[in-house]
Amino acid sequence: MTIETSIAEQPPTTTTQRAAVAQLQRRPNARQLAIAVVCLGSTIAAPFLVSNFLIFQMTMVLVYTIAILGLNILTGINGQLSLGHGAFYAAGAYTAAILMDRWGIGYFWTLPAAALVCFVVGFLFGLPALRLEGVYLALATFALAVVTPQLFKLSPFENWTAGVTGITLAKPDAPFGLPLDQDQWLYLFTLAMTIAAYVCAHNLIARRGGRALMAIRDNPIAAQSMGVNTALYKSLAFGISALYTGVAGALGAIVLQFVAPDSFTFSLSIALLVGLVVGGVGWLPGALFGGAFVLFVPNLAESVSKGLSGAVYGLVLITLMYVMPSGVGGLLRATRAFASKRYD
Amino acid sequence: MSARAADTEPQLSVRDVAVRFGGILALDGVRFDLHRGQILGLIGPNGAGKTTLFNCLSRLYTPASGDIVYEGGSILSSPSHRMPVIGIGRTFQNVSLFRRLSVRDNIRVGAHSTSASDLFSESLALPWVRRQETRIDLVVAELIDYLDLADVADVPVNGLPFGTQKRVELARALAIKPGLLLLDEPAGGLNHEEVVELGRLIRQIRDERGVTVLLVEHHMGLVMSVSDKIVVLNFGRKIAEGAPPEVQSNPDVVAAYLGGSTR
Ligand SMILES: Nc1ncnc2c1ncn2[C@@H]1O[C@H](COP(=O)(O)OP(=O)(O)OP(=O)(O)O)[C@@H](O)[C@H]1O
Ligand SMILES: [Mg+2]
Repeated sequence: MTIETSIAEQPPTTTTQRAAVAQLQRRPNARQLAIAVVCLGSTIAAPFLVSNFLIFQMTMVLVYTIAILGLNILTGINGQLSLGHGAFYAAGAYTAAILMDRWGIGYFWTLPAAALVCFVVGFLFGLPALRLEGVYLALATFALAVVTPQLFKLSPFENWTAGVTGITLAKPDAPFGLPLDQDQWLYLFTLAMTIAAYVCAHNLIARRGGRALMAIRDNPIAAQSMGVNTALYKSLAFGISALYTGVAGALGAIVLQFVAPDSFTFSLSIALLVGLVVGGVGWLPGALFGGAFVLFVPNLAESVSKGLSGAVYGLVLITLMYVMPSGVGGLLRATRAFASKRYD
Repeated sequence: MSARAADTEPQLSVRDVAVRFGGILALDGVRFDLHRGQILGLIGPNGAGKTTLFNCLSRLYTPASGDIVYEGGSILSSPSHRMPVIGIGRTFQNVSLFRRLSVRDNIRVGAHSTSASDLFSESLALPWVRRQETRIDLVVAELIDYLDLADVADVPVNGLPFGTQKRVELARALAIKPGLLLLDEPAGGLNHEEVVELGRLIRQIRDERGVTVLLVEHHMGLVMSVSDKIVVLNFGRKIAEGAPPEVQSNPDVVAAYLGGSTR
């Protein structure tokens, strides 16, 4: 049976079924639209109301949001644990930095380049990782996270990476003579990229390929017996995930105007994983909460006590996981279930 | 579909299939044919090798020797994820659903092999991807109606009653649009009325959708009433084959079911 004929031979469908299907592809209702407009309006207005340092921080939250979105596709959607996403972030950051620094490529064009490089690297890493599951996969990705910053220090690559010194970049100005300062422009640019990344991820998980990724997570044998090429999809999940995180790395390099091997230690990988768990594993909007956690909580801990910042961070994390064991996403689900039970 | 045309070639040919797990021979030279539009009941005591044979047919296991020919070609050269494309769909003895997905999404995954796409076009929601999703949704909506799952269509399968989960699995397998459907103990855990209903449904699926059925079942009333032909396995070997009444009166079969070993 070929694919074409099997699509053509559809069973007869009734008008009620057609209506039900049309209903599935419904447009958002007025309330959802209103919420979206208010959120979008306030995020666009924000850089004109707050200090430049806060704008910079919010930009970095968005950068981490994209990185965690990528990790979520691999770990939350496809069920493969990664302790090494800092490596893909670093690969994206260095791709952007080298292209801008050595070849004078415009910052915007470094993003597709970082996407491509990281997709290929992620896909290739995903191939041998097919043989690994659970803690063994975690160990392999851990190794990746540890090796990668060392690679950027190696002397054969020093010509491009500048070794331990790292690469300093220029801060981009707003284009087309827009009346924005550099921080405002970087924020709005990153916001647009974040929205694009989110919409793409959202589209993906609601369609055939995304369902295949989730099917593999829930039951790989059954997925395979339903025709899902599990090996291919698991590698693709690595590739796509690395693509998102790599683009985040490239944006991070542009926003910070600096890359060096020591910015991408193992603790970055762990921070991304913590962000994923805090936001909610498998829930895409959780990435934003995760991004905020990654950026603000260590600073907060530092401001509470310089000497004991690690302890404060740990305490905040433990408390959060105790209060909302499935992250922000789980908490929202529970609240909604509770509310509908009470008022319906 | 005019699937029950007068073709004499069997649709499925299991030829001397043997499977070994360490010391035990789970299947030992099993051989039988299945014709288009037939319902074949595969029975045998626990551990006889029925599920092992299913796993060979869906290419989860590779036989140590022998061949399996479907629609004129050996399936042994294709990987398991090609089986739905070839036309072989299945359900599992222990319900194997995608537990965090809704009923609808579970059935949609069944339609995976009837469609094609790539992750990039899907991320961008290109128009042809949307059209394909609509096609899938129509197939799924029809199956939800057919198997009476409308009330639970958008609920995660995780918490559903066992009988409902079995129907979801059946719907998911039908979304493949199989030419051959493998059902591994579909009546397990169902009550009397549900079993009667299931028997009616299996015949209806064969008659209306032109699907050939290979049915593994311990519920003798069900197998004997719906099957055109019965194959009996015991300790990995075929001990009988024939029409239900013949098989029921076969002394070897009676002995096997009374716990007597033919080994
Ligand atoms: N993956 C495996 N590894 C080792 N032994 C196995 C495996 N799968 C099946 N077996 C063994 O092969 C034999 C046949 O098992 P199988 O599951 O095919 O039986 P069955 O006829 O389906 O039984 P039941 O009616 O209980 O489902 C049994 O002895 C079983 O223990
Ligand atoms: Mg079995």
